[in-house]
Amino acid sequence: MRLRLNNCFENSMQPLIRIAGLPVLALMASCSSIEPWVKPYERDRLSDPIMQFDAAPVSAAYMHHVYQAREGARGAEGGTGGGCGCN
Amino acid sequence: MRVALRAVPEAVVVATRAALIWRYVLALSMPLLASQAFSAVIPEDRTDVMYHSYSGGGVTIDGPSILVRKGFKEKFSLSANYYVDNVSSASIDVQLSASEYQEKRTEKSIGFDYLENKALLSFSMTQSEENDYDAESFHFNLSQDFFGDLSTLSLGYSRGSDKVFRNDDDEFSREVDRQHYRFGFSQILTRNAIMSLNYEGISDEGFLNNPYRQVRFVDPADPNNFRLEAEVYPNTRTSDALALGVMVYLPYRASFKFKARYYTDDWGIDANTVELGYIHPLGERWVIDSHYRYYDQTAAQFFSDLFPRADFQDFKARDKELSTFSSHALGVGIRYEQKIKRFKVLERASVNLSVDHIRFDYEDFRDATASQNSTEIAAGEEPFYSFSANVVRFFISIFY
Repeated sequence: MRLRLNNCFENSMQPLIRIAGLPVLALMASCSSIEPWVKPYERDRLSDPIMQFDAAPVSAAYMHHVYQAREGARGAEGGTGGGCGCN
Repeated sequence: MRVALRAVPEAVVVATRAALIWRYVLALSMPLLASQAFSAVIPEDRTDVMYHSYSGGGVTIDGPSILVRKGFKEKFSLSANYYVDNVSSASIDVQLSASEYQEKRTEKSIGFDYLENKALLSFSMTQSEENDYDAESFHFNLSQDFFGDLSTLSLGYSRGSDKVFRNDDDEFSREVDRQHYRFGFSQILTRNAIMSLNYEGISDEGFLNNPYRQVRFVDPADPNNFRLEAEVYPNTRTSDALALGVMVYLPYRASFKFKARYYTDDWGIDANTVELGYIHPLGERWVIDSHYRYYDQTAAQFFSDLFPRADFQDFKARDKELSTFSSHALGVGIRYEQKIKRFKVLERASVNLSVDHIRFDYEDFRDATASQNSTEIAAGEEPFYSFSANVVRFFISIFY
């Protein structure tokens, strides 16, 4: 009985699995082909100092402090200039 | 923290919350960490000498901040920061029940960074001292570049331990334990745009209120129609903050910055922050930075400007930072930078000046001094409080 049910389940689900599996396969195929789209030699603008979220650490930390001391909210202020691949 | 008391029995001492918060917050948001979080790159060798000044709401705070950072073999970097707050306060709270006071806070930090391949490990420690508050904290961050260095993932943890004292009670001593958990992700979107996503969860446990601060409650027998009693906060607080940032390089050499943050905590405070910035170089040496910041928040569940009676509820606060309010800030900064050719060990230097004007408007926190000794304004009918502040940073940076 269990075998029959399993077979029945598998048979009825097969088209669904195929349909659902297609986009998954397509996504996997596309993922494997995704490559970094900005090459290191194309990052000159991103490494420009004017592209830093917080260019001056002492000044930025001080301003975070000024606001935190007068507001109920806190956290997640850390800026990021990351991902520029400058190293 | 010295506070001259008025000869009013219940006017124990109301030192400003600014003083208390001042210590804790900076101890966990130091420049050593801010400069390196979420980026798997050894920070640049530099020395910054800054004079900072805050003036507004009857409070003046100024002092120096000195940051020195030096790397070795492109793998290690050591840093140290010395920071001072000289506080002179006659804030709205102090005006209500105490007298102007002066105090000094000193903070010292050291940090160490280690870069291995595309991973950056950062560790730093901070110690803050004041005559009635000590705070120590350590911070750890790990950042990793991947996907062709287009993406950076970072994780961070901070732990703080504070000791709270009272100047008017030698026996009083309380402790606070703080933990921060950070997650960050940054991504290069195009050759002209980057974005970042940051989360920070904070958990506090211990004595979280100001030992001096008081709430007010209705007392028809009092000439002012209200009296004061000590505030009481819960012993725990947990918060979550999620921030999104985007920077875009404009078609000409300039950049546009956008930041947004959502905050929520178990005290009932929900807050939104939006920042816009525009950075524009003038020639090779000058850079102009202009920015605007908006902030709003809801009040904590146990906040009230005027409680109906004494001991009305278990937890009670009349701290304007826990009230409903919004603020607008407008700022401009200018930087002049020049290469240094005379000394081979030095690369370049810059002189920087930034000025911000901030306006705070409170929606359920009233100016209680308006009804003191007044026959025309009753307690609870005073105008809502508001004030403006100016923040100045002047600093010199030397790169080597």
